[in-house]
Order: sequence, then structure tokens, then C-alpha cells
Amino acid sequence: MTTMSASTGAATSGIGVLRRIRPARIMLYGALVVGLIATLAPFAWMFLGSVKPTGEIVAYPSSWLPRSPTLDNFELLLAKQNFGLYFFNSTLVAVTCVMGNLLFCSMAGYAFAKMEFAGKRLLFGLVLTMLIIPGATTFVPLFVLVSNMGLSNSYLGLILPFLVTPLGVFLMRQFIHDIPDSLVEAARLDGAGETRIFLRVIVPLCRPPLATLAILTFLAQWNNFLWPLVIAQTEDHYTLPVALALFSVGANGTNYGLLLAGAVTVVTPILLLFLFLQRQFVQGIASTGIK
Amino acid sequence: MTSVATVKSSSGRAAGPRRTGPPQAMSAHSRRTLVAWAFCAPFIALFATFGLWPVLSSLSMSVTDITSRDVRAPFSVDFVGLENYTTLFGDPTFLRAALNTLYFVVAGIPLTMIIALGLAVALNSGIQRAKGLFRVAYFAPVVTSIVAIAVVWRYLYEEDGMINSALAVVGIHGPDWLNDPNWSMPALILMAVWRHFGIPMVIFLAGLQSIPEELREAARIDGATRWRTFRSVTLPLLRPVTLVVAVLLSIGYLQFFEEPFVMTSGGPLDSTTSISYYAYEQFGFGNYGTASAASYVLVAAIALLSLVQFRIFRAKA
Repeated sequence: MTTMSASTGAATSGIGVLRRIRPARIMLYGALVVGLIATLAPFAWMFLGSVKPTGEIVAYPSSWLPRSPTLDNFELLLAKQNFGLYFFNSTLVAVTCVMGNLLFCSMAGYAFAKMEFAGKRLLFGLVLTMLIIPGATTFVPLFVLVSNMGLSNSYLGLILPFLVTPLGVFLMRQFIHDIPDSLVEAARLDGAGETRIFLRVIVPLCRPPLATLAILTFLAQWNNFLWPLVIAQTEDHYTLPVALALFSVGANGTNYGLLLAGAVTVVTPILLLFLFLQRQFVQGIASTGIK
Repeated sequence: MTSVATVKSSSGRAAGPRRTGPPQAMSAHSRRTLVAWAFCAPFIALFATFGLWPVLSSLSMSVTDITSRDVRAPFSVDFVGLENYTTLFGDPTFLRAALNTLYFVVAGIPLTMIIALGLAVALNSGIQRAKGLFRVAYFAPVVTSIVAIAVVWRYLYEEDGMINSALAVVGIHGPDWLNDPNWSMPALILMAVWRHFGIPMVIFLAGLQSIPEELREAARIDGATRWRTFRSVTLPLLRPVTLVVAVLLSIGYLQFFEEPFVMTSGGPLDSTTSISYYAYEQFGFGNYGTASAASYVLVAAIALLSLVQFRIFRAKA
């Protein structure tokens, strides 16, 4: 009985009732485990399938565990399908966008939060408006614009439209706004320039929103596929999701082992990052509702 | 705090600015504006080019007869007023797309919310064991690329795939999910719910944790059953959180696009074509005016639904 009360102690500490094992608790865990299986089964199927030879994947009735596990699919993916290059492209685009958002959005966020200047209200109003306009609305004209700039099928074309985001500025502005004015004023009275204040006072205090922004940007860009799909026209500019999407409708569409290995390659880096930074991921996405 | 100290100690060389009179204040003011704009400059340049300009041009596209041929000769484009919008509502494919989007929203949002709330309540009901594991696992689909998900789910939905094998165990003969016009939408809804419920679950969980345990204990001491406590104490206190979740989900679900794009290409027989997908197709056909108009219908729907939800929840609160 004492161990039971310890394990449920947090919930009942208010009145200190000792709880017995009840059917309700078993049902609770039952429901959670069923949910867990339903959530993770597709992942399990993907990881297990990626180390099966194709013949085994399409065999019927199919089995979950690979009978003769092999890494052939991954070898083929790297050797014949250039997935190394796509991996590099994905990383380059995502990391550049993260750095751009961190730097430019925090600079603008600082100005919006702690400086008075002509045009501030209008500008910030425009930022807020853009927050609620869906991407589908601007997709066509953005494509026309980038094509007319001669940037289609280039890294710049992949990166520039996402180098800053209204969400980034909004996040940074909200956080910096809550930093006490006195800190900034004190530094100003001491004659520190704005650049110095920004680098020495603001940035060190902004670790939490910067982490959130970095994660949201990396996630969005790593998984972004519609924009790269229309911009990257030749293989040398494909990102991983583009390669996988085109791969699955092309001549290789029936090479299931290769497809699943490709899916694993796309998913694993972000899943690992998520496992290491789960708290920041969950808080970041929950606080903005956007991924 | 150390950083502040650094600034203070290193600023001794420059004389601090003194309180200045009106003329100098003016110049200080405009200098400040200059500095502020300098800080915003990279953001403004990129935001104006790749954010504001596309919005303005899509608004103007939606009232002109622009097609892909006119992109390099913008002066041949004619103003057509609301003609694109009337064309839209006369196009059976668009009406079907609107209906499909409604289907997805009306079925998908409540389902997502119920599952998210149910799991959040279960996770918050005082269990200690494996709580972290459950939370991480439930959230994993949220961070996963839709393209990779599509690869896997296409197998799961095959006629002799995993889902139908599981159904066969309980004696149900499952349909050919993605190729049956009646089952393609439920299949995509199920997949979307799987992919998205993690976000509202975490938001609900945060909301539940902010409700003092004493309130529920008090209700239970008064003899209320668990279900009664949940309905009369927990749910009403969750109303603001529920509003946030509902608005976020409707904004996301109204833009229903990725699932049909990667799974069904809007088919079979347009049964999974959404408004966003329709706009994308029109864009592909080069009908930029129609595509833009369709996307603004979507903007209007998002604004309207959000407004209605604010009204409903505020009226009840």
C-alpha cells in the first residue's frame, strides 16, 4: 500500500487518500498503450521495412520483423541515388534559414520592442497581418517573382523567401518587450551604442526564444517540400523531401525497399534532434501552434 | 547580469549623453529612427520583397485575367473585377473542393480535439510511469516530414496492407482505401488526425496542469463522479484553451493540402480535392487569376470560422 500511495502521491497529496489498484487505472494505461501503438506502428513499419529486401516487403502475408535484414537499400540510396547530395542541400538550406532568422529577426525584434521610430506601428501591423495569411495565397506570385529574378533552380531561390519570417520577428519582439526597460536605459545612459546593447545585453538574455525560433525554422525548412519542389528543377538542387517525393512517383516507385530507406533518411535526423531537444520542441510548437 | 556589468565598465571612455534641449532632441530623435531602421533593414528588405509584394500581387491577380503567358508582358493583363470569383463558384470542381474541405474540417477537427483531449486527460490523471515516453511518442508524428509519412501510409492503406490486415483480425473486410471515392477522404482524415493530434494534446495538457487539483478534489468530496467532475469542473475551465485549439486547428485544417497532394492527387474522382489543392492545380494550368481568387476564398473562410468560434466561446464563457 505504501508504494502505491507513493506512486500516485502527486495527484492525491491534497487530502492524502491511499489508492488501491483500480480498474480505472488499468483502463487508463490500456488506452494510453493502444494510442502509443497506433502512433508508433507506422514508424516501426518504416524502420523495419527499410532493412528488408524488396521481395520481403511486398510478400503476402507480410511480416513485421525482417527475415534477412540487410543494409543494401541504404547503400543503393547513397551510391546510385545521390542522397548524400540531397542531404547536404537540405542541411544547407535549413541551417542558412535558421541563421538568417536568428540574426535578422532578433535585430528587428529589438528595434520593435525597445526603440521609438517613425513607421514602427505600420510596420509591426504589417508583420501581424502577414502572420495570418496562409502560404497558399502567396505561393503563385512568389513563384512568379523568384522566377523573374532568375533565381529558380538556385540555392538563393530556395533560401531567400524563408530567410526571415513574420513569426520570427513576432516571437523575438514579444520576448524582448518583456525585458525590463531599465536594463536597456542603463546601458544607453552609460553611452553604449545600440549595437553593443543588442549584442551584450539583449542577445544573452534571449536564449529561450532564439532556441524556439531555431527549432521552428529548422523543422519547417527540413520538412518543406512544396516550395523546393517547384524551385529545384534539376537534381543538383533537390532537397531530401523533393527527391523522395519525385522518387516515389517515378520509375523507382515500386522499389519499396529503396523508398522506405529514403523515408528513414528524411525522418531520422529530425527525430534525433527532437529526442535530444524534446522539451524545447514541444514548448516551441505549443506556444506558437505552428510547426 | 554579467553582460550588463561589462557594458557599464567598458563605457567609461565616452561621455554619457546629457539631457538635451529641444533642437538637439529633434536630431537625436531622427538619429534614433535611423538606427532603428538600420536594425530592421535586412528584415524589411526581405519581408517587403518575399512577403508583402506577393500578397499585393496576388490580390491584384485575383481581379485580373492573368495567366502564365502574361508574366513577362504584364500590360496585356485586363482588369476583370470579380469575374474570377464568379467563375469559381460556377465551377463544379471548385464547389466539390469546397465541399470536401468542409467535410475534412467538420470531421477532422472534432476528432482531433477529442483524441487530443482524451490523451491529455489520461496523461494528467496522476500517472507517473512512462509519462515522458508517452508524450514524446505521441508528439513524434508532428515533427515528421509528410513526404516520408506518405511513403509509409500508402502501404498501410493498400488493399492487403497493414490496416486491412488488422481489420481482418476482427472480421472486417476493409475497403481499398485510397482508390475508393467513398473511403479516400476518411483515409486522409485518419492520417491527418494521426499527424496533428500531438499539438493540441500538448496545449490541452498545459491547460489541464493550470487547473488547481483542489477544485477537482472538492467536487469529488461533494460526491461528484469522475465523469461529472470532468464535465462540470474541468471542461468549463478549459474553455479558453479549447478556443485556442479550435482556432489553430481550423486555420490549419482549412488549408488542407499536403495529404491529398502526396497521397491521392485529389482523386479518385475529385473526392479529395480541397480548395488549396484546387488553387494549386489552377496554378499548374497557368490560370493565375483563378488560383489567386480561390486562395482568397480560403482566407475569407479562415477569417470567418475564427470569428464564429470566438463568438461562440465568448458567449458561453
